[in-house]
Parts: sequence; structure tokens; C-alpha cells
Amino acid sequence: MAGIDIEGLATVYPNGVRAVDGLDLHVADGEFFALLGPSGCGKTTLLRTIAGLESASEGTVRIDSVDVTRTEPGKRGVAMVFQDYALFPHMNVAENITYPLKVRRVAAATRAETAERTAGELSLNGLLERRPGQLSGGQQQRVALARAIASQGKVLLLDEPLSNLDARLRLEARTFLKKLQRDLGITTVFVTHDQAEALALADRIAVMESGKLRQLGTPREVFARPVNTFVANFIGSTPMNLLPGVVSSSGVSAAGGTLPAAASIPSGAEVTVGIRPEYLTLSTGDAIGPGLRGTVVVAENLGVQSLVSVDCDGTLIGVTVPEEQEPSVGKPVFLTAPPDRVLLYDRESGELLARQPVA
Amino acid sequence: MATRFKHPAQDVAGLGTGRALGFLAPAMLLIAAFLVFPAIWTIYIGITNYRLTGVEAVSPSMVGLTNYTRALNDALFHNALWLTMLFVLGSAIVGQNILGFTLAWILRRARPAVRRTVEALTLLAWILPSTVVAYLWVAFFDRDTGTLNSILGTTGTAWLIDYPMVCLVVFNTWRGTAFSMMLYSSALQAVPPSQLESARMVGASGWQTLRDIVFPHIRGHVLTNTLLISLWTANDFSPFLLTKGGPNHESETVPVYIYNVALQGGELGYSSAISFLLLLANLLVSLIYLRLLRRRA
Repeated sequence: MAGIDIEGLATVYPNGVRAVDGLDLHVADGEFFALLGPSGCGKTTLLRTIAGLESASEGTVRIDSVDVTRTEPGKRGVAMVFQDYALFPHMNVAENITYPLKVRRVAAATRAETAERTAGELSLNGLLERRPGQLSGGQQQRVALARAIASQGKVLLLDEPLSNLDARLRLEARTFLKKLQRDLGITTVFVTHDQAEALALADRIAVMESGKLRQLGTPREVFARPVNTFVANFIGSTPMNLLPGVVSSSGVSAAGGTLPAAASIPSGAEVTVGIRPEYLTLSTGDAIGPGLRGTVVVAENLGVQSLVSVDCDGTLIGVTVPEEQEPSVGKPVFLTAPPDRVLLYDRESGELLARQPVA
Repeated sequence: MATRFKHPAQDVAGLGTGRALGFLAPAMLLIAAFLVFPAIWTIYIGITNYRLTGVEAVSPSMVGLTNYTRALNDALFHNALWLTMLFVLGSAIVGQNILGFTLAWILRRARPAVRRTVEALTLLAWILPSTVVAYLWVAFFDRDTGTLNSILGTTGTAWLIDYPMVCLVVFNTWRGTAFSMMLYSSALQAVPPSQLESARMVGASGWQTLRDIVFPHIRGHVLTNTLLISLWTANDFSPFLLTKGGPNHESETVPVYIYNVALQGGELGYSSAISFLLLLANLLVSLIYLRLLRRRA
């Protein structure tokens, strides 16, 4: 088991695109680490550079403190599961799982034993004779994982591990994957464009944009305190409300009202106010204290919650409410928020102002 | 117009049987005149003693299977069959296949400019008319002023006389490699890159990747390609343009032998019988390949 150290890493394609652009990153031993970002942000290139499938143009990659920047993929001690699983269609499950051992000319008896054991760990018993084409998507993924585990790398890399599964299977596989990673304790880096997946699985998340790291933190940190408006926008199933506002003595005025703000920022500063729909409270009674006044425009049922869009002085603000408290459309409502949940971003740079301890 | 179609859906063009047949007729007539009739005619004169000149040219008589029994005991025909097998094995199954695949495999990762240049040059060898190409190779192999002798400094070596079959194998490999290269290029594109990368991730060598990942994927292409180039090579007449079958029948493949029997010897009946035997051999080879192709590994 081993950590990964990345220093000043850049991967430049022949056409001059800097897919990974000067990145520093440390993945701790045994950590489950997510590379998250929209498509084209360089996350897959970064993963492939760690794997050695792309060569780094600048900087270094160290695995277990050994510089592997110029090492062949097969000699890095890294196993990778591809998005399409890349199972070999002409080999059965056992042959697929033990292919890494076959390449190293391990004896057939040992290979059969490994196939049996690894298949057991991944609930693939009884499928060893099947061809990949005869397996379900979830089983195929487990075979790909089994092959990666059988190669006994120090680091496991997963490219969009859940994207090829249908929605229901995805949740199941997510739980399975997290438990497997815990049991194996193997340093794992995975790529995803799905923020919910990253939040659910990872110990830490690196949010990327245009080849650069925009935020690095635990799921809780990234969700509750995005350090810039890009991350704020990207993380969360319901997008964060981002409103233009001006700091005043009583808080911050935005969307025709005032929200409390714990930050100590001089009055009159122009900011972007960020607040998650989940952290806003909607009340239909009298207005008490600072808040936003508006009328309900749309209510969308999300199951146990509803996402209500409220028109506050011409600005639509999303707020989630428990299903039984869903207000009717057209109703005047009042929105309040706890001061430590109101985030203030610089209007120009989009960076978070006034760092406060995580709630 | 009344049609014989029971369901309108069968007659999507709305032509009716009569006009539909009318459109088909010209093509059918051409095929009949230039393909079906000569084929049947060949089988027919194969059982006669038809000759190019003389009495039998005017009134050939039926000789039954005499031509066929003669072929089975004809040492020159056996020689032609043996040389054809060598020619197919050397220039098609080994030469074109391996060279074509190697080029396709190497060019896969070459720079586009390099790839296009090599592809164009290889294709050129394939699309030039046989007569032109044969003339070029005769000049290349020439004893006194040949390019090969100039390069090797072996003036006076009569390649086409001393090593006729080697020359033919080299020539046909050069001439036909383009097809295999193009076919394998497109076949290799069908191998999912992630599978090649998976092999790379576990440290598979180039040979292991080829054996375990690439060949199982392109097995069908290899068989189809081998079938096509084998048949083309077996039936190829361009060896005649280089060596005329000589010296002393040393490079007389079956098509060349057929030509020599028919036009030098004037025995059209006998040569037709051999043609039919070549057809049967082609058929046999095709059936074996098809059987292999159907057997999924």
C-alpha cells in the first residue's frame, strides 16, 4: 500500500492543450480519492498520467515515494479499471481475472487458485467459466475489479467506475465499491463527473477545472464551504443559489432583502452571496429578523423533499422543504438562513471571502 | 397495372413484375454472356479434344473424362500444382499477410504524414496495371543492366533464370501487400483501445498483447484476408509476364500452365479440363476457410 505524490504535474497534448496544468496533489496511503469535474477538465488525463498511459510533460509522479514519472505503466505497481471495463471477450471470467498473472508467467495452478479466491471476494462464485458477454453490467464491473485486484498493485485507479451501470444498479455498486475499498485498504483514485458519486464515495475530493485544482477537501468541506463559485455551482444535486449582493451593517442585502452574514467584510463591498437550498428555511408566517420575502413560483417534488423556487424581487431562489410542508404556488413566503451558512464570494474573482471554521 | 405481389409492401418501388424484370434484364444478359456461358463452355470443351488448330478445331469430338485422367498422370501438371502451392504459401499466406499486418501495426502509431505516404506507395504497387509492374520488375531483375544487380554489385546474375520462384514470391508480395495492409489497418481500429491499454497496464509485452488481445479480435479478418489473397494468388497470371513459366517449367504455376497448354500447345480441351480442376481446388480451399471461420474460438 502506498501514497501518491504529484508535484507540478502538467500533461500537454501535441496540439498544445494543457489537459493537466501544473498540479500538486497528495493522496494518502489507503485513501479513497475522487477526481471530480466537468468533462474536459483534465481529470481523466490526470488519472491516465498517474497510470502512465499518458506521459507527463512537466513535474513528477511518485508512488510509494518512488519516482515513476518515466516508468512504463506495467512497472508502476498500478492497476486500472477502465470505464468500459475492457474485459477480453474471448477469455472467460477466470482467464480475465488472472490475465495479469499469466503475463508474469505465474503457474496455472496458482492462477486457478487466485481466480477462485478473488472471485469469492467479489461475489463472482460460479461465474468463472462464463464469457464477459454472458454477464450483467454489474458482474462485468466486478470482473474488471477482480482483475485489477489480482494484479496486486499498490494503487487502484478507476475511470468513471459507475457510469456504465443503470441508475438502480449504480447505487448498489456504489455501496459495494466503498465497502470493497475499505476492506482492501488499497489507495484508490477514481474519476467522476458526478458530484453525488464523489461525495458518497470519497474520503477526499479534488475538484478540477481546465486542468487546474479548484478545491481539495473532504466531501463535507467541499459541499458546505466551496472555496469559489465554480465549485459552489458544481457540487450539490440542487444548485447553490448565487445572488449579487452588497455587504451592509446588518448582514448582506440581496434579492430585495437582507441575509445575515458572519463575515467581517467592510460595508458596501460588492459580493456574490452563496447559499444552498438545503440551508434555507422557508416560513409562511410573519417575518422575524433578516430574511428574503417572495412568492412561490414552482414546487418540484424530489421524493422526501421538495425544491421550491421562490421569486424574491425578480430573482429566483431555490429552497428545499420537507415534503409535507410544500407551499402552494403563489403563496407569499419568507426565507431565512443561519449566518454561518451564508457564503460571500468576491464578485470579480469568485473566490470565497472571510474563511470561517467549518460548521 | 396488375401485379403478382400479394402484399403491396413487397413491391415498394411500385414497378410490377414485368417492368422490374425489364430493369434486371440488361445486367442478367451481360452476366450470362460473359460469365455463365464461358464457364459452362469451359466445362463442355473440357470433355472434348477441341484444339486451337487442325481437324479438332473444326469438329471436336467427345472424349469423356480422358482429359482428366491425363491431368492426374501429367508430371508437368503436378509440377504446376506444387509451384502454385509454393507461390501461394510464400507470397500470399506468409509474404503479404505478415508484411501487410506488420505495416498496419507499425503505421497505427506513426505520424499521419508518414502513414499516408507509406499507404500511398504501397497502394501504388497494387493499382498499377500488371503489364506495367511486370515490365518494372523485369528491368529490376535484369542480368546486365538490372537495378538489383547494381545495388548488390552482382552484375551477371540472371535472377529470373537462376531463382525464378524466389523472384515471383518477392514480386507478388510487393504487389499484393497493400490489400492486406488496408484490411488489417481497419481491423486493428476495431480493437478497443482500452483493451490494449489494459494489457499495457499489467505489463504485457508487445508479443503477448498481439497473441492474447489483438489476434483473437481480428481472427475473422485474418481468415477472410488469407482466403482472398490465397485465391487471387493461385489464379494470378502475372508470373507469366515475368518468366513465361520458365526456365524449363521452373516457375510454371497452374494459370501459366493452362495458358501454355492452350495457346502454345493448342490443346484447348485439355487446358479447359485443367481450368476446371483449378476451380475445384479453389472451391475446396474456400470451403476449408469457411469451416474455420464458422468455428468460433
